[in-house]
Amino acid sequence: MSIKQNPRLAGWGQRPAQLPDFRNLGVVLRTLLLVNAFAIAAVFVRNTDLSLLVGEVLEMAVNVEFPLILNVASLFLMQTLLRRLPFGAGVATVLAVVATIALVSRSLLSPIETGGLLRPLLWSLTTAGCVLTYFHQRDSARAPALAEARLLALTARIRPHFLFNSLNGVLGVLRSNPRRAEEGLEELADLFRALMQDNRELVPLTDEIALCERYLNLERLRLGERLQVAWQRDPQAEAALVPPLMLQPLIENAVYHGIEPGAGPGTVSITIERRGPEVIIAIANPLLDAVSHHPGNRMALDNIRERLMLFYDLEATLDTERDADAYRVRIRLPFRSER
Amino acid sequence: MSDTADFAPLAVLIVDDEAPARERLRDVLGDVADTQPTRIAGTAANGVEALALLEHETVDLILTDIRMPVMDGVELARHVGRLERGPAVIFTTAYDEYAVRAFELAAVDYLLKPVRAARLAEALAKARRIRPPADEILRQMAPTRRSHFSINERGRILLVPVGEVLYLKAEQKYVVARSREREFLLDESLVQLEEEFPERFLRIHRNCLIARNAVKGVARATTGMDGESHWVIIVDDLAEQLPVSRRQWPAVKEALGV
Repeated sequence: MSIKQNPRLAGWGQRPAQLPDFRNLGVVLRTLLLVNAFAIAAVFVRNTDLSLLVGEVLEMAVNVEFPLILNVASLFLMQTLLRRLPFGAGVATVLAVVATIALVSRSLLSPIETGGLLRPLLWSLTTAGCVLTYFHQRDSARAPALAEARLLALTARIRPHFLFNSLNGVLGVLRSNPRRAEEGLEELADLFRALMQDNRELVPLTDEIALCERYLNLERLRLGERLQVAWQRDPQAEAALVPPLMLQPLIENAVYHGIEPGAGPGTVSITIERRGPEVIIAIANPLLDAVSHHPGNRMALDNIRERLMLFYDLEATLDTERDADAYRVRIRLPFRSER
Repeated sequence: MSDTADFAPLAVLIVDDEAPARERLRDVLGDVADTQPTRIAGTAANGVEALALLEHETVDLILTDIRMPVMDGVELARHVGRLERGPAVIFTTAYDEYAVRAFELAAVDYLLKPVRAARLAEALAKARRIRPPADEILRQMAPTRRSHFSINERGRILLVPVGEVLYLKAEQKYVVARSREREFLLDESLVQLEEEFPERFLRIHRNCLIARNAVKGVARATTGMDGESHWVIIVDDLAEQLPVSRRQWPAVKEALGV
């Protein structure tokens, strides 16, 4: 089988420009840091007498933090609207919001002092422009990384062991149970379709779960009763958008390390739950051989961790833990849905 | 071709932990039966089951998967290799880059799953000439350490789980393996055993390795004519003490944390 990716990868640079996700923790933190850095730099430049520095910084803080927090909060609230606008209109909207807040907060904070509205207005707009430029640069710098991550996702996914064993399993039941063999091939086709599609957009968790069920059904063909699965699902979590092919590789690992090396039946448990603004996904498998630490396992984990980072920045985590008899992977990610 | 025995059906034992994989081999063996007559002597889901079957079945050829629970295919071949007129062994593997490379280097016969009829017929044609690869080669490509020791007793293989062996002692040509219940003679060298199981066995004397978890304690003892005292290891569950040589004592002391 050959998978040709490069021609499609070439189109990656032409991704339309996007505003940053103002609800992302990383974006919020970076904005706060950048604006404060600008403000402090401005105070230093203006300062003539070091003994007045502390006072000037405090005064700046009063003038800057209030509108800054208002801005961050407004953009957070407007995120759904902003995402629907084309890039240019989005930038204009953001600047308009920044300008309005600068004027309003100026008149609220220091109604007596008439230093003019122009200076704070220009300062706010310049800073906002710089911050937006920074995010735009960062975004385009990351585009090749995203493309690479997708390629990684693909190459990491085709575990030859799995492909050939599945084909062998299908051939094994072909004569005795042609219906089951058909099903197996359909499941294999679905899996490969998912592997080969454009994997750069988030997908609904329900789709990922459906894919995993097909995958598990295919494994059941080979492993029979040895593969037991305990799902614990939460309908509230399932509307969440998640990186494509996040769940399936982890379940594949659980089967490879927790079920295949055991002679008797073993259980892979998959727990999905919504906890406030977050979705928690946990996958556990029996710990059979503490000795074998397959490099493939860590590769898949690193790959998923990297993609979580690209999609959610600091807001998602992936942890693993092992105790006496089980190995667990736990993913925590922000709940986002299509609406 | 001159020998009529060449045309007697070959007794084949199929070993794979996946039922459809066993089924598939059975199908394909049936497909090539016209030119390569075979008879299924049995099927097994892992190495231990296969060895149990070998006790009362005559088998000419074992077709075995590599990665299996309980006992993998490579270890199975190692035990089978101890039999005097044991069956031939051909490995089947879906995909195992490491093992395949080792096979090529050692010119070991293997089949890639899914197995094609033509390729299987070819392997069957020369099956009577295929002996299990030399133990040395299998030892190097073993994906894991052996789970069992095997003893060749009057043409059958007796398995002793490695975990049940308390100590190994070299005696002339053999190594004596002591379990709680009895002693076994292994046709192996102490040095090789020490290399294969460094985490499990600890050398305490030129002629002795002890299982780390079988050590109950250490003591000073006076033995022999010279009346010199030296360290001994008290073996768990056995009223037996094993001398620690002066040379090994520093290493033993460190390993056991005494």
